[in-house]
Amino acid sequence: MQRTQNPTELAQIAKQIRRHIITMTGAAKSGHPGGSLSAVETVVTLYWDVMKHDPANPKWANRDRFVLSKGHAAPVLYAALAETGYTPVDALGTLRKLGSIYQGHPDVRFIPALEASTGSLGEGLSLALGMGLAARLDKADWRTYVLLGDGEIQEGQIWEAAMFGAFNKIDNVCAIVDYNKLQLDGATKDILDLEPLADKWRAFGWHTLEIDGHDIAALQKAFAEAAATKGKPTVLIANTVKGKGVSFMEGNPKWHGVTPNPEEVELALKELA
Amino acid sequence: MDVKTYEKKMGAATREAFGKALVEIGKENPNVVVGDADLTKSTMTTYFAKEFPERLFECGIAEANMVAVGAGLAMAGKIPFVASFSAFVMTKGFEQLRCLVAYPNVNLKVVGTHSGSSIGEDGPSQMSMEDLALACALPNFTVLCPADEVSTKWAVKWAAAHNGPVFIRTGRPKAPAIYPADAQFEIGKAVELAPGSDVTLVATGLLVAEAILASAALAAEGISARVIDIHTIKPLDQATLAKASAETGAFVVAEEHLVDSGLGVRVAQALAQSVPAPVEFIGLSKFAESGSPDQLLDHYGLRAPQIVAAAKKVLARKK
Repeated sequence: MQRTQNPTELAQIAKQIRRHIITMTGAAKSGHPGGSLSAVETVVTLYWDVMKHDPANPKWANRDRFVLSKGHAAPVLYAALAETGYTPVDALGTLRKLGSIYQGHPDVRFIPALEASTGSLGEGLSLALGMGLAARLDKADWRTYVLLGDGEIQEGQIWEAAMFGAFNKIDNVCAIVDYNKLQLDGATKDILDLEPLADKWRAFGWHTLEIDGHDIAALQKAFAEAAATKGKPTVLIANTVKGKGVSFMEGNPKWHGVTPNPEEVELALKELA
Repeated sequence: MDVKTYEKKMGAATREAFGKALVEIGKENPNVVVGDADLTKSTMTTYFAKEFPERLFECGIAEANMVAVGAGLAMAGKIPFVASFSAFVMTKGFEQLRCLVAYPNVNLKVVGTHSGSSIGEDGPSQMSMEDLALACALPNFTVLCPADEVSTKWAVKWAAAHNGPVFIRTGRPKAPAIYPADAQFEIGKAVELAPGSDVTLVATGLLVAEAILASAALAAEGISARVIDIHTIKPLDQATLAKASAETGAFVVAEEHLVDSGLGVRVAQALAQSVPAPVEFIGLSKFAESGSPDQLLDHYGLRAPQIVAAAKKVLARKK
């Protein structure tokens, strides 16, 4: 795979990932395009720039780990795994079909290169902290990144984990909250408001950064700061737009769990050309 | 074993045996790590904590997080044992066990202590009587319910060596000793403790000793009762059960668990698939209450006399 630190090149890759998300969810006729599109820059910045990993050696012991706690955003992860060379690009169109490696939610039985099977919300942060503890016990320097949905952090286990991570100073873990402010039933502020979100994480003892989650340079800077922060884990509150990159999907909760029809796919791909 | 000469002598509690065995495997394998949820002095992981403080993860009163942190440790190559009262880890941690452990087949060991009504005074909120049902509902899990100190030690060592999820059920009170220190066990292989040709008494955990006593009492009345200890609830030893069914034709299953969802229904299923026979069930059928462990075992009918009565009942149904 071609790694790059150039934000312009990363933005080009992000566009390609978005095209995959549209095409594969359109073909699948079910799935979660909105929350996949909002997380594209985070995933691209991690896989092409920040994380140590080797698609030719997926189980390299010293690799950085990525856990997609918001497992329903599987399309963004599948697109990244395919474009980095872990899995076939030409099979992305089989998303959610019987026998496909691209299951509805990430499934290690089908893609061993995945770090975890996820999909039941609220669990990934604990998992990442367990991985972080293992790295610390082994005196290894790999890091763990975990991407959380905003609606997901309504789950109580997230806050059990938040306490645990800060208390145990698990500073080799970096969480990212994809704060697109929409969940299936509507706006997070109307369903179960998360605010003041940054204050909550700070109160729980996390090094907390608030950034524009579509600004690749800001993401790069934040990940560097997370790696340099010792004695506490870091959380990036990535302010994002659900459905980002496709005009008619942006900010509309409908696209949480609804997929584009063929005409909408065509329109979206034109915008992402 | 000759059931007529069996003397019920108390050995260590199975949770105590678990705690001691953890230290042994901790010495043998530096990858063994332990998680606990503010109950180290009750689950007996306290021994491990003293010996290997850096490998004991105190999670506080947060079982769901403990299970999931354990899964993360396992995914990164550790051999984690997470322990709590069975009533808490199997219910508050169940969803995490289902999605993060069973489904991706992760190498986590779960030890439930204080199982059944015999925990005593704390009462039903702390008593697990559905933990075996929950554990058996998790594909990929091996489910163990050892009867005494010796078999518990074996179960813990086996779990550490096995690559895959395991649930071990242990209890609070001292457990009657069943096995000599050099006894050998095999996973998924029931132990025929005593021969018998009229009826088979199948038991697990604390009820194994009661089944032995029941067999002796039945022998005094001229009834030959085979005794089988099922230490592996899943996978169940279907062959031994089918053989016992062909040779005795009647069963009593005894367990300190809900009769509607425990070993009894699994045995009945196995018999329905092999050599059908009538079965009577000894176990819990409702939420218990406070009392001493011994009082509760008496009060809820988890003793040899009830097994004897059930054996006579099933013999009357035997064709």
